[in-house]
Amino acid sequence: MEVRVKLYATLVRYVEGIRAGQPISLNLPEGSTIRDVLTVLKIPEEEVKVAFVAGRACPWDTVLKDGDEVGIFSPIGGGKS
Amino acid sequence: MWIVRINMTDRSVKFEDVPEKYKYLAGRGLTSHIIYDEVPPLAHPLGPSNKLVFATGIVTGTSAPTSARVSAGGKSPLTGGIKESNAGSPWAHDLAVMRIKALILEGLPEDKKTFWGIHLSWDADAGKPRVEFFDATEYTGKDLYEVSPKLFERFGDRISFAGCGVSGEYGYGNAGIVYNDLAKRPSRYSGRGGLGSVMGSKRVKFIVIDAKGAPGVEIVDKALFDEGRKKMIDAIRSHDITKPKGGLNSFGTAVLINILNEAGGLPTRNFSSGRFEGAAKIAGEALFETNKQRLGKELYNHACSPGCIIQCSNTLYDENGKEITSCVEYESDWALGANCGIDDLDAIGEMVQLCNAYGLDTIETGCTIAVAMEAGVIPFGDAKGAIQLIHEMGKGTHMGRILGAGTETAGKVLGVTRVPTVKGQSMPAYEPRAVKGIGVTYATTTMGADHTAGYTIAPEILSVGGKADPLSNEGKAALSRAFQATTAFIDSSGHCLFIAFPILDIASGYQGMIDECNGVLGTKWTADDVLRIGGEILKVERAFNEAAGFTKAHDRVPEFMKREPLPPHNQVFDIPDEVLDAVYAEL
Repeated sequence: MEVRVKLYATLVRYVEGIRAGQPISLNLPEGSTIRDVLTVLKIPEEEVKVAFVAGRACPWDTVLKDGDEVGIFSPIGGGKS
Repeated sequence: MWIVRINMTDRSVKFEDVPEKYKYLAGRGLTSHIIYDEVPPLAHPLGPSNKLVFATGIVTGTSAPTSARVSAGGKSPLTGGIKESNAGSPWAHDLAVMRIKALILEGLPEDKKTFWGIHLSWDADAGKPRVEFFDATEYTGKDLYEVSPKLFERFGDRISFAGCGVSGEYGYGNAGIVYNDLAKRPSRYSGRGGLGSVMGSKRVKFIVIDAKGAPGVEIVDKALFDEGRKKMIDAIRSHDITKPKGGLNSFGTAVLINILNEAGGLPTRNFSSGRFEGAAKIAGEALFETNKQRLGKELYNHACSPGCIIQCSNTLYDENGKEITSCVEYESDWALGANCGIDDLDAIGEMVQLCNAYGLDTIETGCTIAVAMEAGVIPFGDAKGAIQLIHEMGKGTHMGRILGAGTETAGKVLGVTRVPTVKGQSMPAYEPRAVKGIGVTYATTTMGADHTAGYTIAPEILSVGGKADPLSNEGKAALSRAFQATTAFIDSSGHCLFIAFPILDIASGYQGMIDECNGVLGTKWTADDVLRIGGEILKVERAFNEAAGFTKAHDRVPEFMKREPLPPHNQVFDIPDEVLDAVYAEL
């Protein structure tokens, strides 16, 4: 399946040459979660504060489906949860 | 300490000892109590009975971090209710070290043509502040960037000032009070509620302070104060939002654009959508990258006022490395950007600069332009047209005066039904239909729609101070009430509201704030007292508003928000009226 991922604030450094909010397409196996997105992009979990799917903040183990848009934020925006 | 009363009817000055009942009040707590005690609730805001009160916070003028804050208070020309509008500026520090607990402007002169300047300095022989007047008429009718440097030329580099722009001279509902920042820009604002026009109505153009020789703030228990100060510094420096090169220091408050957009809560094109397709182009990250590209280096933000260690104020530079403006706050960026369908950062920067030049509140200005766009005066997305409308406000043309009156009045004149206001004040940059708790704050705060009055965004969007589902109605009255009361205390403490981010997450930081206040005042307040004192301030403000004619019917969001589902979540504002009423009923 294909999901579109947008990285914000300090997380843009994990993908060469992208701007904050610029969507990147990822092909992932069915059943993949937000945590899998982080693994594929080599983003340490502790650097992530909030991830949105369809405008809702979701836990890391949320299972994604084809066509989902995922917005991932470092704690710009957030302290200790 | 003194309460200094300046009567502009005859330019007389009185120094009064601080009465016992005001002894432990400061900042918003003091401005609101004085307004309640002295201003007739039915007074015309621009008439002789209204007063403009300035009061710095409990720790302002000390070495407490991020605490050069001043509250301006009065009856608001925009809302008709009580108003406190808080700003950070060297002026706040200077007022505090002169040991002026409150500065009250009252009365108004018969001669309407002459505008006055007030010059405050320290009279070492008399051991108290000296108050002098100067004719400031020559500074009227002009851009604040043109006239404010003349104050420094005339009175010296060390001064600071408070003042009003042409908008305050005209009597606009959206005229703010301007203060200088650390680089002498006329760019720090008590923006909301039209207090700049209260100043202008009294024919006061500038209040200049030269604090040379001033004695500083008395601290009753220095050891306790220092302990609290250290806890506060540690909390600010370790929290991800407020630490050096953290969220605010890197991207400024405009870092919020993208996260609100993702959450579907970024009001777009006059509150018709919660998502703006151009959000990433105007966000804090884009600002940081734009500067980096244009300057060839990373630029971190600066302090708006002395002693701030958060340092969130950004500067936007043009292609040639020349400053367009400072600073592009989240609210300004949104109001003049997403809410007008404008995705051009340079144009937004130019509009911020113009608002500063004319003395306009950026939130009210952006919301008013968006309503004018809705009415078809200019199309959404028309940056050039929007810039022209701000010039019309600054020039005082007929259209400019209609828009300068604020969003609600402009909506009425232009026949628009989608007018995002509460108690006559336009909503800031968070959509109540997508973030329900902030809607409760907008509806119920004594200030008219105001995000700072009870910033439930922290738990609802940022996961700070706990977590709350933004789309749920559950527990939102209690959440807003607690935030409103705590905020009333922070607005009195002298700290910038942004200390809330670290102290809500780091308990020792919260205790630090209390220790600092106890250290200065010699009180023995606890965390319970924070809510109690904050609650008492809210009750006084509420009592003023009730006497001014406000009822439960004024604690409501506009009808369109209950009828029109907002994309992308397609929700309406559905918090029941009883829940809104419970916010103050159970205070």
